[in-house]
Amino acid sequence: MNVFINGDAMVLPETINSVSLLLEHFHLEQKVVIVELNQHILDKSMHAETILTDGDRIEIVHFVGGG
Amino acid sequence: MSERYSRQMLFPPIGKEGQKKLREKHALIIGAGALGAANAETLTRAGVGKLTIADRDYVEWSNLQRQQLYCEEDAVRKVPKAIAAAKRLKAINSEVQIFPRIMDVGVQEMEELIEDVDLIIDSTDNFDIRFLINDISQKHRIPWIYGGCVGSYGLSYTILPGVTPCLNCLMDKLPLGGATCDTAGVIQPAIQMVAAHQSAEALKILAENLESLRATLISFDVWKNQFSSVNVSSLRNPQCLSCGTKPIYPFLDYRIQTKTSLLCGRDTVQIRPSALQDMDVAYLEKSLVSQGINVESNPYLLSFSINDARVVVFKDGRVLVHGVRDILQAKNLYHRFLG
Repeated sequence: MNVFINGDAMVLPETINSVSLLLEHFHLEQKVVIVELNQHILDKSMHAETILTDGDRIEIVHFVGGG
Repeated sequence: MSERYSRQMLFPPIGKEGQKKLREKHALIIGAGALGAANAETLTRAGVGKLTIADRDYVEWSNLQRQQLYCEEDAVRKVPKAIAAAKRLKAINSEVQIFPRIMDVGVQEMEELIEDVDLIIDSTDNFDIRFLINDISQKHRIPWIYGGCVGSYGLSYTILPGVTPCLNCLMDKLPLGGATCDTAGVIQPAIQMVAAHQSAEALKILAENLESLRATLISFDVWKNQFSSVNVSSLRNPQCLSCGTKPIYPFLDYRIQTKTSLLCGRDTVQIRPSALQDMDVAYLEKSLVSQGINVESNPYLLSFSINDARVVVFKDGRVLVHGVRDILQAKNLYHRFLG
């Protein structure tokens, strides 16, 4: 599947078809993240059931503590 | 106003009026590490009226690669960061009133620090303190600017009480065991990018140009060449315990404050006595020396080594124990030498 993540065009393996799986794919499942899909912020409870489709534009922001 | 600010006043959104407003303002920077040093230098050069900079730590060699206000001598002499920062900032711009505070900022300290303050800039390295900043900001209606950075990645968001979501709305839980600068490293350009976003927003707030604020959560990776700007206004939660319609400011509850904490993943434990009070450091030094222990000291702290651990005692009674893996080992050393 072809998607854009944080502005970059990316080809995802076919098995990665939901937001939860995408976060696991990037090892972000334990992190506090905000996910925007096609300019809509997703409620965290919706990550598992939100299905990705070809051409989706996804922004993933994870919080870090350093400074 | 002097030639010093001429280029900034030529910039129309600031102008002479903005410069005057900036001069009347008081900014509080919590943390004098990499982000704190960068933000403090920008605001000092820009001519803010007053700048308070609070930090609990002292300068070490590993800081010099990115903490732009410090030099080798500061690391050799273990100068507290607040003091070393103030010295450098005063040399940069003697017109700015700089108030250095060597302290571990908790609830009580925060209530005292925010008096007369117009803006808080987060330059800390952990979320415990950020949630405290977030609650105090909501309680006293003072804006604050979050910044975080690890590796080549960073992010920032400006929180305006009554306008934007707060940190408690954006993050539904405290992240545990995340990467830190001490485990994953950090590079100076990522720090500069976060600080640039923070201090640009700070200038807008202090010069009262609020309509130019960014209003999005930005994040970027300067190594992977990614940038993202997300509108998070829909996450403002009316039921939020920090900023909702019935706030209880949960993070200002003194009972949840820890007295010992592991410092940003670097084998260091901080022990903070329940009541901070000035410590007789000279007496302690004498007694350690009489036990044949080699002690190093400066007017703000003393340090000594025991086996693989190094103990640093600040005048306010706080102790850092380096080179230990757990809190128990640190407490043992603490009680052995400090009662």
